Amino acid sequence: MNLKAVKTPRGCLTLIFIVLAVGGLFAVGVLRPEARLPVISLAAEEIPIPFQDPVLHVPNTLPSTWLTMLILIGIGVAYRRSLRKEGPPSRFRVAVEGVAEGMLGFMQNAVGKKARIFFPLVATFFLFITISNWCGILPGFGSIGVYVAHHSEEAAATEEHAEEHGEELELIPFFRSANAHLSTTLALAVVSVAAAQYFGFKVLGAPYLNKYLNFKASSPKPDPATAKKGLEGIISKFARVVEILVNGIVGLLEIILEMLKVLPFSFRLFGNIFAGEVLLFVVSFLFAFIFPIIFLGLELFVGLIQGLIFAMLTLVFFSIATTSHHGDESHT
Amino acid sequence: MWPEGLDAVTQAATAFTIMFGVIFPAISIGWIGSKAMEAIGRNPEASGGILTSMILVAALAEAIAIYALVVALAIKFVA
Repeated sequence: MNLKAVKTPRGCLTLIFIVLAVGGLFAVGVLRPEARLPVISLAAEEIPIPFQDPVLHVPNTLPSTWLTMLILIGIGVAYRRSLRKEGPPSRFRVAVEGVAEGMLGFMQNAVGKKARIFFPLVATFFLFITISNWCGILPGFGSIGVYVAHHSEEAAATEEHAEEHGEELELIPFFRSANAHLSTTLALAVVSVAAAQYFGFKVLGAPYLNKYLNFKASSPKPDPATAKKGLEGIISKFARVVEILVNGIVGLLEIILEMLKVLPFSFRLFGNIFAGEVLLFVVSFLFAFIFPIIFLGLELFVGLIQGLIFAMLTLVFFSIATTSHHGDESHT
Repeated sequence: MWPEGLDAVTQAATAFTIMFGVIFPAISIGWIGSKAMEAIGRNPEASGGILTSMILVAALAEAIAIYALVVALAIKFVA
């Protein structure tokens, strides 16, 4: 350990500041023992904006989304500026390029040549989800907020008991992990599924609709001259008609399946992040000092994996949507 | 006898939902892991691709457990 830096005046002051800050937090935690389990709400709470009748419903995940956007745009702008500098590339530039190249290489391994078309959207999904999950464990998320009087419904019903109950104060945090709101994850999932359809049309053109309107059989229509006569002919024609109908209905069902894909996407991400948040609240309530570090580490891991999963599944669905189906009919 | 707060049926429903909901995802993730280990053992060169696919499929299986968790939370917090 390099302790020489501490011996300078600046190092000394920094050390004293750190000790005072940590000691102060410790003292506040010990001397104010009214530890309340924070109110865990499935829906994102609205931030009470002063002087505004709730016309603007700003949920408290929105500032977290802004923070993530700020970070991503900041990295982009800083990279752009570092491109104009002369001389050997700086470490920041090498790091950004390394990350981008790693993602592109991974996608090329998985999908092949089409990775270039899909790269912007898939990489954005990965970076946005991962960074917003990681921002969710920054100090201040879920803890800094306003206390709002929360009248329970039974107290409001009976006026006489209202004063005896007192007002229950509920903490509405200003920041909440961005993906812990079903709207965010639903938006991401809808964009993912819609983009799959868009890429399908862009790469395949109009034949993409053959996936959904698939009234075809596996064998071509039999020539009237060489067709089988009698009972065999009737049965084979009937079988062909049934096959066409079944294929068609399965094709129409594919439309519904595509739309249903939105649900697992959104609920997987929401469930993981919200459960992680609840876990962190409860663990910090139980013992706030060294123990939650393990769970913060778990949240880091889970945040990264969920971003990776979302991006990979999106990539796989894009790849499926842009593969033409000509090879499927030649099975029998 | 019952704790205060939500009534007994809601609390029991919450507990049983998450209890039974994670049994099968747990078994399936263990199965996926074991098959992945076998595959890596047979072909150590492909271990990168196998690992990636294993993580992908394990996350899909875990999503089912997450649905059970979300339903349990919805029962508990949205009465």
